[in-house]
Amino acid sequence: MISERKTVIAREPFDPGVRHRNRRAGLWRRVFKAATAVGIVFLAALLVSIVNDAFGYVAIENSIDPAALSPDGTPLAALPKDVLTQILAANVSKGLFRRFEHDHPFEDRTQEDVYGLILEHVVEPKIVAQWTLWDSLTRRRAIAEDVATRFPDAELRFETWLDVAFITSPQSADAARAGVRTAILGSLWTIAIAIVIAFPLGVGAAIYLQEYATENAINRVIQTNITNLAGVPSIIYGMLGLAVFVRALQPLTSGALFGLADPTTANGRTILSAGMTLALLILPLIIINAQEAIKAVPNSLREASFGLGATRWQTIWHHVLPSAMPGILTGTILSISRAVGETAPLVVVGASTYITMDPSGPFSKFTTLPIQIYQWTARPQSVFRNIAAAAIVVLLGLLLSLNAAAILLRNRFSKRAL
Amino acid sequence: MAMAENERELRTLARTGSDSMRGLRRRPRVAETLIQTFLFICGAISILTTVGIVYELGKESLLFFTRRQWEQTNKPLAEDIEADRTAFEVSTSGKPLPVGELIRIGEEIMRVQLVEGGTVTVERGVRGTTATAHRAGLEIQAAQDVTLVEFFGRTEWNPQIGKFGIWALVNATLITSAVALSVSLPLGLGVAIYLSEYATEKARATLKPIMEVLAGVPTVVYGYFALTFMTPLLRTLLGTRTVEIYNTASAGIVMGILILPLVSSMSEDALSAVPNSLREAAYALGATKLETAIKVVVPAAFSGLTAAVIVAASRAIGETMIVAIAAGAGPNFTFNPFKAAETMTGHIVRISGGDLSYNSLDYNSIFAIGLMLFVMTLTLNIVSQHIVRRFREEYE
Repeated sequence: MISERKTVIAREPFDPGVRHRNRRAGLWRRVFKAATAVGIVFLAALLVSIVNDAFGYVAIENSIDPAALSPDGTPLAALPKDVLTQILAANVSKGLFRRFEHDHPFEDRTQEDVYGLILEHVVEPKIVAQWTLWDSLTRRRAIAEDVATRFPDAELRFETWLDVAFITSPQSADAARAGVRTAILGSLWTIAIAIVIAFPLGVGAAIYLQEYATENAINRVIQTNITNLAGVPSIIYGMLGLAVFVRALQPLTSGALFGLADPTTANGRTILSAGMTLALLILPLIIINAQEAIKAVPNSLREASFGLGATRWQTIWHHVLPSAMPGILTGTILSISRAVGETAPLVVVGASTYITMDPSGPFSKFTTLPIQIYQWTARPQSVFRNIAAAAIVVLLGLLLSLNAAAILLRNRFSKRAL
Repeated sequence: MAMAENERELRTLARTGSDSMRGLRRRPRVAETLIQTFLFICGAISILTTVGIVYELGKESLLFFTRRQWEQTNKPLAEDIEADRTAFEVSTSGKPLPVGELIRIGEEIMRVQLVEGGTVTVERGVRGTTATAHRAGLEIQAAQDVTLVEFFGRTEWNPQIGKFGIWALVNATLITSAVALSVSLPLGLGVAIYLSEYATEKARATLKPIMEVLAGVPTVVYGYFALTFMTPLLRTLLGTRTVEIYNTASAGIVMGILILPLVSSMSEDALSAVPNSLREAAYALGATKLETAIKVVVPAAFSGLTAAVIVAASRAIGETMIVAIAAGAGPNFTFNPFKAAETMTGHIVRISGGDLSYNSLDYNSIFAIGLMLFVMTLTLNIVSQHIVRRFREEYE
């Protein structure tokens, strides 16, 4: 390098390499900028591909034309209940009709209920093809022609996979009627349990490490251990949950201990196990975030409190915690949003593959939103991809509102602290 | 301690008029001690978690390696044998019987002493079983132990036929991680250098939240993205014959996007920690921005950058949902990233997805894989912490 510069100096007083070096600097500057752009492009592609699948045209084929069922040509949905019941009785087997009667007598059923049965068992609408939003918008005519030639009996309809019915209806084997209510409730239950367990423990541990712990071997081990736990893959927590909560603590987690489940059929694969597993998973994150928040509280505050004669706990409770609270809450909410999106540990703990009943308590079987997305994505029929995309939009919406809550909380508390 | 406390003591003294000094002694504060103990327990729970992980993974893995499996030999008995016969004819079909090893017919376990053509000499009723009569045509099973040598020495994983070579799974994990790192390292470092050295305050303020959003997207969503966007894209670009529907390349690329924010934010922290005086010195010597960044800032932040790389690798190895959805369902020892292969995490998720019964071979096997995974990621994490501590450049 030195020799190089010597030759340069010998030729000219000013370094002629400057232009070349500047050009190279400019080029790389663009490269670095492009790297950032690629990140943004990926994010955009991710969002676009999800929205692209969550809406679009579908071709629906009915086993029987609903118009042919109606005696006088009025639409089925507008017919009174007894006419609908007659139609149903005429078109399904006697055994099936008796089973409906047995499940829920027709006298008590509503008109919509009977209409739903006709749709499900007589009309049997089946989605035979579906298109993405992009195709639906740009190739409308081609799609219509395609449907006319390939599925002459099919009806082409613009389907909004993500709608109110999708959020409020339970899971179903039929993609067109499946919803995420069970999954949302399962997610809320598990997260609530995780927060109830992990928040006090995490904040307590952080207080201990920041305010009480002296420099000794045990405390160093605890601190190193927490750092390492934060890096353990989440699936390992799932296996811990499977071995400890689901299997070893089965009487507790299945509710058999409290007489809520039959001990012979008790199963530890419940919301409680899932919640406890998630609690262990987010505990190190909460501790680390809370520690940072407590560390940021100025020492003068503590010293002033001690100086006025407060005990250590009084100082922590009345002075340190209130001023660290915005930071602690923000960190906790961010940890929770991590837990909301966790899938792998809950699959290992034993989420149910198919439940249509709302969870009724901590001892119910469970499924959560990410698990529902996983199962729908893993199905071979492509129509399930559409509802998976719709469920992803719901999940991202949930996460977004959590993050917004974190920001709001932080702003509100920091104003008060000032 | 406690001025108010002392004051109270003094007041009590004054009220009671006692002249003894006992009231001035430090009184034990029961509540404070209790609170401190409770807080200590909170901290200690994290230790309990680690102990729990190590204990459960270790226990079940030990069961996996000490448990005896019985493998079908497809070799039936050729004649009826009584309880006291020690030499008998077996069919010539099926696998050869191993001399010195255990075999099982029905409930009875025997030890093979000699094999001559179709005649087998055995020791009857070993391992606590009793010798009984057996009919011709009964299947002979051979003992199959999962040894560490087999576990680490073979490349086929197929529990149904007693093949437990972990390399089939480790190999897929390494391929997806390598693809992920080759996507995320250059991009992540580029983003970090851009954000810390080039970007204006305003650009940073918009770009950093975008990276955080990228980091906050659940992994199952990335899995969906890999299967419905990246795989079709790869298949369009490279042809459907080269690229299978499930492949490790697509999972790896998307995993790279997933860990991109991790790499970029850790690297950016390391780069920002380099004091400005170093940059200014370089500029004063006439270095361009690029030369300052590459020759001064990056070397100064090297330990932090290395740590970022290692943490990214650890994250990639432990990543589950993307590979479970997009990489394929079935162990496959291949070096071709466009073929389907199941990673360690993917296998664990698939096996435990159903109603897995405890004490089964599958149950034990996923814990052995989990232990392997835990050891790998823990090692990487410890190494990264060590690098940060050991090679940290102090500029104060």
